[in-house]
Amino acid sequence: MLLDDLANRCGEWLRGSGPDSDIVMSSRVRLARNLADFPFIRRCTDIDRANIAATVHQRLSTIAEFNEATFFDVNDLETIDRQFLVERQLISRELADSEGARTVAIDQLENLSLMVNEEDHLRIQVMKSGFSLHEAWSQINHVDDVIEKQMTYAYHQKLGYLTACPTNVGTGMRVSVLVHLPALVLMQQIEKVFRSFQKINLAVRGLYGEGSQAMGDFFQVSNQITLGKTEEDLIKQVGDVVPALITYERKAREQLIRDNQQKLFDQVSRAYGTLQNAQQISSEETMHLLSKVRMGINLGLIGDLEIPTINKLFIHTQPAHLQKISGMALDTANRNIERANYLHTQLRRTMDN
Amino acid sequence: MNCQKCHKPATFHITDLTGDELLALHLCADCAKEYLNPEEDESQIDAPTLTNLLTKQLKLGQTAEELAELDNKECPICGITFFEFRQEGRLGCPYDYTHFADELEPLLVNVHAKIEHVGKTPKQGAYDAESQTELIRLRREMKKAIETEDYEAASKLRDQIRQIEEKG
Ligand SMILES: [Zn+2]
Ligand SMILES: [Zn+2]
Repeated sequence: MLLDDLANRCGEWLRGSGPDSDIVMSSRVRLARNLADFPFIRRCTDIDRANIAATVHQRLSTIAEFNEATFFDVNDLETIDRQFLVERQLISRELADSEGARTVAIDQLENLSLMVNEEDHLRIQVMKSGFSLHEAWSQINHVDDVIEKQMTYAYHQKLGYLTACPTNVGTGMRVSVLVHLPALVLMQQIEKVFRSFQKINLAVRGLYGEGSQAMGDFFQVSNQITLGKTEEDLIKQVGDVVPALITYERKAREQLIRDNQQKLFDQVSRAYGTLQNAQQISSEETMHLLSKVRMGINLGLIGDLEIPTINKLFIHTQPAHLQKISGMALDTANRNIERANYLHTQLRRTMDN
Repeated sequence: MNCQKCHKPATFHITDLTGDELLALHLCADCAKEYLNPEEDESQIDAPTLTNLLTKQLKLGQTAEELAELDNKECPICGITFFEFRQEGRLGCPYDYTHFADELEPLLVNVHAKIEHVGKTPKQGAYDAESQTELIRLRREMKKAIETEDYEAASKLRDQIRQIEEKG
């Protein structure tokens, strides 16, 4: 598998299928693990890091679960390729920007990624489209079992899996769902919802794209506590709020239509028109407008466009993707022009069909 | 609800750790962005927070001398001092959870409420935690020996490391 092969595909988290995928974009489970016979990353020498990367590669590439996976040496990748993997949510910004020996293994479907030498020695992540936390957990649980047969994890009788940061100790697990809540944002109801989440120890974060702008009404809901609860409890804790969230967002959408369908239709149509006709457009504005169009499709206000197309545009218009697809290195100003071109072509093609 | 910093509508709600209680923050997008410093990602958001928490917690119960002494406390395996942990918010090796157990406990209670793991356990079962941490210590000593050009010591250490590695 080559990175360039990925560029024209969409990536699991934006595939736009799976249960309730009009609102829940993706479900993700991440496990933090460390090898027992090495210091945590901050105290590792260059030799330690190289040893860890080599050991993991050697032991895992022989087992079935990683047969089809590709190992990338992140240190050897160009900046644009690292950025590309960040945009696809296959590696963290921390892994992209740090130094020294570090790798990532990615499976064919882009469901599974294994970062080596991030904040912890191993960060295993499984991502599924739609609201599919149980599927994500059962896959990652299996992968974790398989890895554990190959190496000894740092584990403490009382505290569980040991992590570099005490906020992750215990299960080492972060469960999250990525939700698209444009109507709740428009209705200014979002804070009320999040305030209630906070009381039950759930963290809510905006999703950031280029230039740290909050990205198109996407929010990530995840557990804060990792110790003293079972993995199933944590899945349940995050999973339990999702149906309510879906209901709130659907109600808010209905309300918007009831109150002033014409105004909403106008906003959606203007967003669509701008995306089709702009001559230059920033990444932030694109996200913002795509978010409106996405809601418009889900409400049946736009008929000639499919959700998977819009999902694809969210990722293909990001800086590294745009440059890979066009096959050129572009500065910000030129990216804005190329982005407008790309949107024009993609959305016109849809119209002509 | 309005932003606690600038009174625009708050759209971000963050639970943070200050002193010894969880603090709820309600911020608008701009203030939240500044607060979270999202140039860096999720994992790094926690670090300064932890550092703050520890600093405050320690100042409460201790005299300056006690604090200085605690800061100098050093892990015999990886060599990290408590001061370094306090600064970076990241531990140096698995043994730190044992060596700094008393200092970490209030922090863990604060973050997680409970301090006993009830989730998954490795199926491997019996493994020798002592020889694992011993490896970390020996590798560190070997590096020191090489740095001071004490090659005789380094080669002895290397043999010891190999012995343990082969057993495991
Ligand atoms: Zn503000
Ligand atoms: Zn240590």
